[in-house]
Amino acid sequence: MTLKQIEGSHGVAETIALCRPEVICAYPISPQTHIVEGLGEMVKAGELRAEYLNVESEFAAMSVAIGSSAAGARTYTATASQGLLFMVEAVYNAAGLGLPIVMTVANRAIGAPINIWNDHSDSMSQRDCGWIQLFAETNQEAMDLHIQAFKLAEELSLPVMVCMDGFILTHAYERLDVPTQEQVDAFLPPFEPRQILDPSHPVSIGAMVGPEAFTEVRYLAHAKQLQALDLLPEISADFKKSFGRDSGGLIRPYKTEGAETIVIALGSVLGTIKDVIDEMQEAGCSIGVLGITSFRPFPLDAIRDALKGAKRIVVLEKCFAVGVGGIVATNVRMALEGSGQQVRTVVAGLGGRAITMSSLHAIFLEAMAGKLEALTFLDLNSEVVDHVLELERNVRLSGPVAESVLRNIGTVASNIA
Amino acid sequence: MSYQPVKFYQTGTFTVGNRLLDESDRSVQATTARNNSLNSGHRACQGCGEALGARYAIDAAMAASNRQLIAANATGCLEVFSTPYPETSWQMPWIHSLFGNAPAVASGVAAAMRIKGRTEVRVVAQGGDGSTTDIGFGCLSGMFERNDDVLYICYDNEGYMNTGVQRSSATPPAVRTATTMPLGPEPGNVFGQGKYLPAIAMAHRIPFVATATVADLRDLEHKVKHAINIRGAKYIHIFVPCPLGWGSASHDTINLAYMAKECGLFPVFQAEYGKITGVSKIRKPIPVEDYMKPQRRYAHLFGKNPALETIAKIQARADENISTYGLLEEGVN
Repeated sequence: MTLKQIEGSHGVAETIALCRPEVICAYPISPQTHIVEGLGEMVKAGELRAEYLNVESEFAAMSVAIGSSAAGARTYTATASQGLLFMVEAVYNAAGLGLPIVMTVANRAIGAPINIWNDHSDSMSQRDCGWIQLFAETNQEAMDLHIQAFKLAEELSLPVMVCMDGFILTHAYERLDVPTQEQVDAFLPPFEPRQILDPSHPVSIGAMVGPEAFTEVRYLAHAKQLQALDLLPEISADFKKSFGRDSGGLIRPYKTEGAETIVIALGSVLGTIKDVIDEMQEAGCSIGVLGITSFRPFPLDAIRDALKGAKRIVVLEKCFAVGVGGIVATNVRMALEGSGQQVRTVVAGLGGRAITMSSLHAIFLEAMAGKLEALTFLDLNSEVVDHVLELERNVRLSGPVAESVLRNIGTVASNIA
Repeated sequence: MSYQPVKFYQTGTFTVGNRLLDESDRSVQATTARNNSLNSGHRACQGCGEALGARYAIDAAMAASNRQLIAANATGCLEVFSTPYPETSWQMPWIHSLFGNAPAVASGVAAAMRIKGRTEVRVVAQGGDGSTTDIGFGCLSGMFERNDDVLYICYDNEGYMNTGVQRSSATPPAVRTATTMPLGPEPGNVFGQGKYLPAIAMAHRIPFVATATVADLRDLEHKVKHAINIRGAKYIHIFVPCPLGWGSASHDTINLAYMAKECGLFPVFQAEYGKITGVSKIRKPIPVEDYMKPQRRYAHLFGKNPALETIAKIQARADENISTYGLLEEGVN
């Protein structure tokens, strides 16, 4: 094993290259950009034999990917945030057409207000689009998940999204194990699709399906995605055999054995949470953490089993559904239906707000004491929001919220005389 | 367009009986070996100009590519009437993805063929004027700019016919559509500056841009065959009357396409790398009224109190085309 001190994005780019993609669609958006830049360099230098298309939008990126994948080429693209939203129509279409495209989502917040920093609002908005969604905890896992993603995608003929935290992972330099070409080739056979666009065997793809068959097609999409619940652990086990480390699978329990309180989270924040758990266990607290790697399909059974015996569940998520609350928490509640276990939602890290160990420590203690409300926003500045809400009770305000806050405190730039 | 310099007999068109030509000069549609790429049994309306144009164009492309052709289709009439699941009319590999992405999907197919070394396979993308000039415009411009090896064909029937005849950016002035009703002081569609895609395509300096109509089969076939053998981005804009959307008789489709060209409203030309290299001359100039009157979408301009001023403005547009593109034979007025 040779460890390289590289940026997470470059680690992913190098890994993608080892997966021998034939078509790569590139459109820049932070914090994903370094990945496609890295791939572009390799193609330009002749180190990677692939078609590299600089497209004019994310919508085009996914559309080009649809065309090349339907024509039988292993296809990759990467995006984030607004870019993912801009390509949504094609994202759904790729899933509906059953095309095994692999896409990295460098998780980032969604505007307005515009914000380039990390949270999970982007990929969570696509939780129902039919793609498999895998969340990486570390840069090493992000790299490993991409190799597994191509295998999974091509096995099931479904697109796979690998989600990695923007900046926190994409821009972090650390020592990473970049596998050899031989290792990846042995693990990932060439793409051999069953049905492609080919003049020697003409097929029509993308016909208009009416009410008489639409339900069946959608049901099959669901059934097919559920097959990943069996396949992901198998692929993860195979991966361990070939590469010698744990990566992927459905869930990742950490010190949950016998724990009264179990925290659930996705992505890189798991590292911070584990450190907090270590400290708290040392201090005698009964608390563990469960990482979810596969958010789609959602491993209901595996999560139910992993949480057995826990009294309190705290779902810490970097996203939320406005008007109702936690997204991951809602899914966890489905897994726990009838169990009577209490589920609390903590929304944290929105738009890149740092999730500190001390804040986590405090909120977990509150949870263990049974004092946590159903929905909590970690480190919310209640002074600001209470002030705005109080003002709005007296004066009807319309327009953008962030700017309205500024106006209330008298710092609107356009008002400067 | 004078790719066929010999005039066999005068019918007012370039029509010539196949019997008078060598086998090799006969139209693709005239040969029993034609592919029937868009096979019979589809659900297009009677007299559909788009179905006709697509059959002519794709059969010609199939012939020119030795049947090594893949098509990407935008959402729209052509897609809906040709592929009601589980049936299909396409005798070729064909994919429909979305309304606004056919050029990008085609770019993807072309990229896949290139990396796989399938250089013999040619790629065509097709859509109506709505998907071409409006919703898919960004993807089309991107495909042009990258000079991807794709022939894009726009079947222009001047409106969103599949959704029930609404205005597109290719709808001409004064026309009645479901969203530009003949009401108020300025009935019908606005007199805007237009959004003329062939000129926009030319501004991308792509290797080949052409316009054609379903009234001139040979010209259309020739342009498609020529385009399919060029590497890089190509654009062909085909004028296809729509009996349903225009309120015209099904049997008038070809005649209307013919008159649109002859009155000057639809210039027929071709261009290479942004420069016009050939123009189909008007043979018997006609006033725009002759073209407009058989269409109910213009009915509010005629009748007891004809909107003479409006008609004059439309005539002025035709006249401008005639002078801009040099549509008249010298000495003919």
